[in-house]
Amino acid sequence: MFNQQKAPLYEALEDFKSMRIVPFDVPGHKRGKGNKELTDFLGEKCLSVDVNSMKPLDNLCHPIGVIRDAEQIAADAFGATEAFFMVGGTTSSVQAMILSTVKKDDKIILPRNVHRSVINALILCGAIPVYINPQTDEKLGISLGMIVKDVKATIEKNKDAKAILVNNPTYYGICSNLKEITELAHENDMLVLVDEAHGTHFYFGEGLPVSAMSAGADMASVSMHKSGGSLTQSSILLCGKNVNADYVRQVINLTQTTSGSYLLLSSLDISRRNLALNGKEIFRKVIDLTSYARAEINRIGDYYAYARELINGDSIFEFDTTKLTVHTLDIGLAGIEVYDLLRDEYDIQIEFGDLGNILAYVSVGDNQKNIERLIGALSEIRRIYKKEKVSLMKYEYINPEVVIPPQQAFYSEKKNVEIKDAVGQICGEFVMSYPPGIPILAPGERVTNDIVDYIMYAKEKGCSLTGTEDMEVNRLNVVEGGN
Amino acid sequence: MELWYSENSTENVKFSIKVDKHIYTAQSEFQRIDIFDSPEFGRFLTLDGYIMLTEKDEFIYHEMITHVPMAVHPDPKSILVIGAGDGGVIRELTKYNSIECIDLVEIDEMVIDVCKEYLPKTACCFDDPRLTIYYQDGLKFIRDCDDKYDIIIVDSTDPFGPGEGLFTKEFYGNCSKALEADGIMVNQHESAFYENDAKAMKRAHSRIFKSFPISRVYQAHIPTYPSGHWLFGFASKKYHPVRDLRALQWRQHNIDTKYYNTNLHKGAFYLPNYVEKILRECEGDE
Repeated sequence: MFNQQKAPLYEALEDFKSMRIVPFDVPGHKRGKGNKELTDFLGEKCLSVDVNSMKPLDNLCHPIGVIRDAEQIAADAFGATEAFFMVGGTTSSVQAMILSTVKKDDKIILPRNVHRSVINALILCGAIPVYINPQTDEKLGISLGMIVKDVKATIEKNKDAKAILVNNPTYYGICSNLKEITELAHENDMLVLVDEAHGTHFYFGEGLPVSAMSAGADMASVSMHKSGGSLTQSSILLCGKNVNADYVRQVINLTQTTSGSYLLLSSLDISRRNLALNGKEIFRKVIDLTSYARAEINRIGDYYAYARELINGDSIFEFDTTKLTVHTLDIGLAGIEVYDLLRDEYDIQIEFGDLGNILAYVSVGDNQKNIERLIGALSEIRRIYKKEKVSLMKYEYINPEVVIPPQQAFYSEKKNVEIKDAVGQICGEFVMSYPPGIPILAPGERVTNDIVDYIMYAKEKGCSLTGTEDMEVNRLNVVEGGN
Repeated sequence: MELWYSENSTENVKFSIKVDKHIYTAQSEFQRIDIFDSPEFGRFLTLDGYIMLTEKDEFIYHEMITHVPMAVHPDPKSILVIGAGDGGVIRELTKYNSIECIDLVEIDEMVIDVCKEYLPKTACCFDDPRLTIYYQDGLKFIRDCDDKYDIIIVDSTDPFGPGEGLFTKEFYGNCSKALEADGIMVNQHESAFYENDAKAMKRAHSRIFKSFPISRVYQAHIPTYPSGHWLFGFASKKYHPVRDLRALQWRQHNIDTKYYNTNLHKGAFYLPNYVEKILRECEGDE
């Protein structure tokens, strides 16, 4: 057991400050003295620890001192064998997870609603995705988790796959049956990689869904900067006992900066200590706030703030009750309209709005007063702006046909064609649609009539389509000679 | 020995009162509460270090925030007061026999307890049978009220700290919903003189302006508030604060006031040019 009261990196930086070392090294702002404007803006305390790697502060690329100590304590806090402090966002953690697990032409099983960083990592390494249909809730218009039966069937068909990736939870707070999926994968010698960009609190709160490490998964990417309270762009990559962590470090070093920011690193160390010592209390408070808000929002009428009643034992195996997600279509407004009204009319910024829902991110930094403002504003929006109820577009999952690996498609010669002329061709880029927030096309996939029809339909229904070079999504890049 | 209480009006301006004795201090769940005795202003209450009232000049604030709407509305029976834990507004309201029900919503129970103990001159009427006290967030309370009140009096602290929610658009919108079709809302409206107060005043005005068909501002001179020049907001769905003033009817109540009279009522709505200019700017923006 490690002492969670310690914060070795933070303590080393405090010591370092008190030693008043004369800096003849980078960064050139020299503790802020060379850039007064920046120091006035960010504060002297901040600039004084924006320093370079050095003996007493260790080196992120080859940690043998305080960074190593801090990572070991973090691993212990998360119940992992190893932990890596990451400074390139959770995107860098996801990349490292995939690059260290699958190589060119290896197969990896994924739910279709993966974050784009996952498919981007496949472009980097050349692995082949095998997609599973994440179920969708038709009423709410959100994508859910993977059904165990689908996972089983996909594994059966792809015994040679090296790994499976699971979202725990999705952006909306939905969890798959991670434990059973992990057991299934392990029985078939596959590694389990978990995208926990929205799941830091699972490790520290009570009454929350199971975390990747306690479910026995092999690697997990944890966005400490979301519910964990560290600085934006800091993240933690966790490894279980089946993973060769020294190899993972080599993979991380392929793309990681050699000037890791001590602001980000110390924020991870301090946040880990806070979570380990106070996490139960912190997330109890967050759950209390969201439960209260949910009940009050449901009392307003027409809004539907959903939670664990959605659980169905499979595609919604668990629900993360810290997420305050509200279905808005019954007041006749799209989530994105409510999102805009909250910001433009009520000075309230929420995390996102899609066609049918809004998500307000509630954390340790919130208080009752702000929750009352949110509820009050939602109640006013209903009173003032309520319209005739609108029905949501129907979403049907289209099973993608992966013709060539994403990497090959990405690096092929491409031509730009009218979207209707792309039928039969191999797509060279992404088409993403919100909602439900899953790719319609990824590089290397066959463009079909159904897909083109769906893109047209989604556009007409006001979905936000992104990913293509053409901002209007009228034209599509397809692989030259690929039909 | 000299003991002085000081409050910063701005970063560069300080207002001080010589103190005899620091009578009480405590930290409630929401704010720090202090009571002092002073030779010039008598006993005074501060919240988070800001003067809320002094015995010497509280009559100005409490009369102006209460009697102005009471003299415009033809038959106010049901009144909601938000904030006002010191009891000053309640004291003024209980002078009207025609009022049937007063709801007081104060977030901080401790303020009422402390005022009852140390400020008997304002906290004198909490036992009035028409009064019900709710210890709740004002924004939360008002969400559940529809067409219920003739007058709402928002006696809030500044828009930082516990009073913040009472300066928001959602709050004013909910107030409008909670009022009868001919209801009136008055509120503590900050000041236009110093920049930071003026910012809060502008924000409040442009939000109230959007939420009510009629929205006017009036003034009073309050020596212990920053700059001494203080503003109130008058918002209504139907009545104009000057054209619909019922001076005769009000005088029949025979209420003894020290500051307010119906001539001053009219005058209070005639504002200095620089204040008018700010208000027009807010209204034009929206």
